[in-house]
Amino acid sequence: MSVIEASDLGLTFQTNDGPVHALSKIGLTVEKGDFVSFIGPSGCGKTTFLRCIAALETPTEGTLTVNGMTADEARRNRAYGYVFQAAGLYPWRTIAGNVRLPLEIMGYSKAEMSERVKRVLDLVDLAGFEKKYPWQLSGGMQQRASIARALAFDADILLMDEPFGALDEIVRDHLNEQLLKLWDRTEKTIAFVTHSIPEAVYLSTRIVVMSPRPGRITDVIESPLPKERPLDIRDSTEFLEVAHRVREGLRAGHAYDE
Amino acid sequence: MRNVFPILTVVAAIVLLWYAGAVWMNSAWTLDRADGPLSFGEVVRDTMSQDRPRLPAPHQIGAELYDTVIDKAVTSKRSLVFHGWVTLRSTLTGFALGTIMGILMAVAVVYSRTASMTLMPWAIISQTIPIVAIAPMIIVLLASIGVEGRAVPKAIISAYLCYFPVLVGMVKGLRSPDAMQLDLMRTYNASASQAFWKLRLPSSVPYLFTSLKVGIAAALVGTIVGELPTGAIRGLGARILIGDQFGNPIMIWSALIAAAVLAGVLVSLVAVMQGVAMKRMGFAR
Repeated sequence: MSVIEASDLGLTFQTNDGPVHALSKIGLTVEKGDFVSFIGPSGCGKTTFLRCIAALETPTEGTLTVNGMTADEARRNRAYGYVFQAAGLYPWRTIAGNVRLPLEIMGYSKAEMSERVKRVLDLVDLAGFEKKYPWQLSGGMQQRASIARALAFDADILLMDEPFGALDEIVRDHLNEQLLKLWDRTEKTIAFVTHSIPEAVYLSTRIVVMSPRPGRITDVIESPLPKERPLDIRDSTEFLEVAHRVREGLRAGHAYDE
Repeated sequence: MRNVFPILTVVAAIVLLWYAGAVWMNSAWTLDRADGPLSFGEVVRDTMSQDRPRLPAPHQIGAELYDTVIDKAVTSKRSLVFHGWVTLRSTLTGFALGTIMGILMAVAVVYSRTASMTLMPWAIISQTIPIVAIAPMIIVLLASIGVEGRAVPKAIISAYLCYFPVLVGMVKGLRSPDAMQLDLMRTYNASASQAFWKLRLPSSVPYLFTSLKVGIAAALVGTIVGELPTGAIRGLGARILIGDQFGNPIMIWSALIAAAVLAGVLVSLVAVMQGVAMKRMGFAR
């Protein structure tokens, strides 16, 4: 069953310098349980496309359905959890309080809330940090808390916008590994925006390569890698081949001598 | 404790300058009354102990403060504690009134474009009108609609000065959540009131307390100004006015010092509340 379906999707921003084609003729189907990465240089519209799926932006052309509904209906049905580039935890709430935030808004019962908070904090390895405030945690732990926040309610889609972009490589490797385990356990559909080739190849079942002006899809790569992926799979020939194809795709779609 | 030494140094410098100023400014009156030539020591001694000095020496004000704060019964019309209490009551009423007004107006300004375009210019204009010009009118108007006594008009004048910093601070505070935090609320399909109570209001708390510190000092100034042109006979403002009418600078200065101490205490109290609130909200590190 396809979870996200976009066809001929376009988004044009009207600016003072004339129209900007952020997205053009985007066609993509994401199946249930997929881990799809969007990769491309800045300005290629990968984040804009993710925001369209989340109904934070409205496309100007084409059709887009999420769970068989319009994106905005899906948003109102709380179909997805969104993880932003920055953790964006509320400084006045503890870690547990931050994870509880969507549950409070969605009106879960008290017992249900504490049960879910405990479960998702376990899931992201933050058990024992319930009463800490965000500033008492490292950047990587804060980002894990924000993932827990997006997992706390029953959305089967997880939209992630460069969630590990601001972290150093060691932490990022660790979180990538954890994210794969989490994806395996929760069976969510994940759409993941990144500008790191190894990250995209390591995580995804499908890699969508995008290019700018106008933002469009230049290649969709089905990953031949097995679902079980230890970190050292990144030295395997298959991994390097996929990475190479992604790099080629990026190069083809982007003229560097512009 | 490291701060004590520099603070005391500045205080000592001010006191020294003050004494020098007292000698300089009061010596004219000493020399006017002198029968013959006076030595420098005699001039200085006289300038320190005049009944109506142009600039009272610090110890004269200290003695007056001791007399009117410690020695007099607190119910006496000559006790500064009594007058301070009258002023404090109006200040706190005005402060509460002004804070509530400021917050409500800020909410209106943040949520309604119309309110933002209509309220803000008037709020700014309201602060450019001298309060001494408005104060008597407020009293006359309130009297004509049957509000007796001084307490209510004083509190309103006080609120008039106090609401503005609260309004400005709260508008900034309520608008402080960034686009990402507002987007997050949208992804949860949160209602406008949920976004207000769970995001905008808590975000504004640090701004609110900063404004309250300015606001409470403004409320005190408002009350004292409200006591000045209105023929009040109670309150620190009234003490200043009476001291002026009876040519008693020591009385004026001791009322001024009392007002300054009161302001300092009030601002410090708000600062302590801020500290506690910030700590409880997890902002403090």
